[in-house]
Amino acid sequence: MDFKNSDTITGPRTEDHLPGTAQAAVKIVIVGGFGVGKTTMVGSVSEIKPLTTEETMTQAGIGVDDNFGSKSKTATTVAMDFGRISVTDELVLYLFGTPGQERFWFLWNGLFEGALGAVVLIDTRRLEVSFDVMGRLEERGVPFVVAVNDFPDAPRYAVEELRQALDLAEEIPIIRCDVRRRASSRDVLMTLMRFLHSLTMTGAST
Amino acid sequence: MTPPQRRRRKPKQEQPPPPAVEGPQAGAGDRPPERLYILTGEDCERAPIDLVTLIVARADPPHSAAPEQSALLRICQAPLSVAEISAYLNLPISVVTVLLTELLTAELVQARAPVVRQARADRSLLEAVMHGLQKL
Ligand SMILES: Nc1nc2c(ncn2[C@@H]2O[C@H](COP(=O)(O)OP(=O)(O)O)[C@@H](O)[C@H]2O)c(=O)[nH]1
Ligand SMILES: [Mg+2]
Repeated sequence: MDFKNSDTITGPRTEDHLPGTAQAAVKIVIVGGFGVGKTTMVGSVSEIKPLTTEETMTQAGIGVDDNFGSKSKTATTVAMDFGRISVTDELVLYLFGTPGQERFWFLWNGLFEGALGAVVLIDTRRLEVSFDVMGRLEERGVPFVVAVNDFPDAPRYAVEELRQALDLAEEIPIIRCDVRRRASSRDVLMTLMRFLHSLTMTGAST
Repeated sequence: MTPPQRRRRKPKQEQPPPPAVEGPQAGAGDRPPERLYILTGEDCERAPIDLVTLIVARADPPHSAAPEQSALLRICQAPLSVAEISAYLNLPISVVTVLLTELLTAELVQARAPVVRQARADRSLLEAVMHGLQKL
């Protein structure tokens, strides 16, 4: 780990400082296949220029790559972009856009743990790339909504057709969006929050 | 055109073991490292250091501080999440977590624990977030 000159490290710009009153933060994770618009969505709603955080992980926890008892471990750096929305003077919301290497998402300690919920961004040209991630969210009990990022040349399925194809329960929202637009990304987040809110009303275990 | 077909999965009873994280705190062998905990609130509940735990410096860097620690203390004059610290310092989360554990022990930083999703999400918290999003 190189750390040559700490004086060259610059923190946030003054205008990016959180108020001293900020007490707590919550997080939402945005998942989806490569090129589906995760980074775009983080950027369109974030109040700060999106930042990148990283974690170093080993192959040790990854079944398919495990070298059957071999001690050798390959370290892999997984980077993730994220943005921030100050909800009130006391509460901050962070949005994490997962990186391309899907098999690492669920190995990242603390990425999904404690997240309020997730947005699954899908591209109807490649629906199946999101199947596995939805299954893993279900296995972990992370509530999610599905946002269909409308690309111009993508097939347009009716929402009910998508619900059937994705085998989603009636109550799970499916929403169309253009994540390049802030208002549209905001609506997706709003849909997730309303869904989470409805789960507290029904008392469904999440 | 017919879309491909998925099958939904059931929640797993048992959570998978925590992932292997490469870093100074990673123990010998392939065992996953212990998660690091911070004490929070008056009742001293234990909470793990999370990506969105907010950190605030409580003091100026002492002369004895390592360069990484000094830099961390300097950028945390205003509250900053662990993820932001990692981004600005260009260090992996596991390394930042170790630095923070040292600084917490030395009482040089304060940690404000995240609000995490519980079995039953906090309705007023969700309402606050919705209200904030509406203003965007
Ligand atoms: N037409 C259209 N293009 C989009 C939309 N969202 C993202 N893009 C474009 O798709 C490309 C990939 O987006 P990106 O956010 O990098 O995807 P990521 O890999 O999921 O992070 C970029 O060139 C975006 O400009 C959308 O809603 N509509
Ligand atoms: Mg991206």
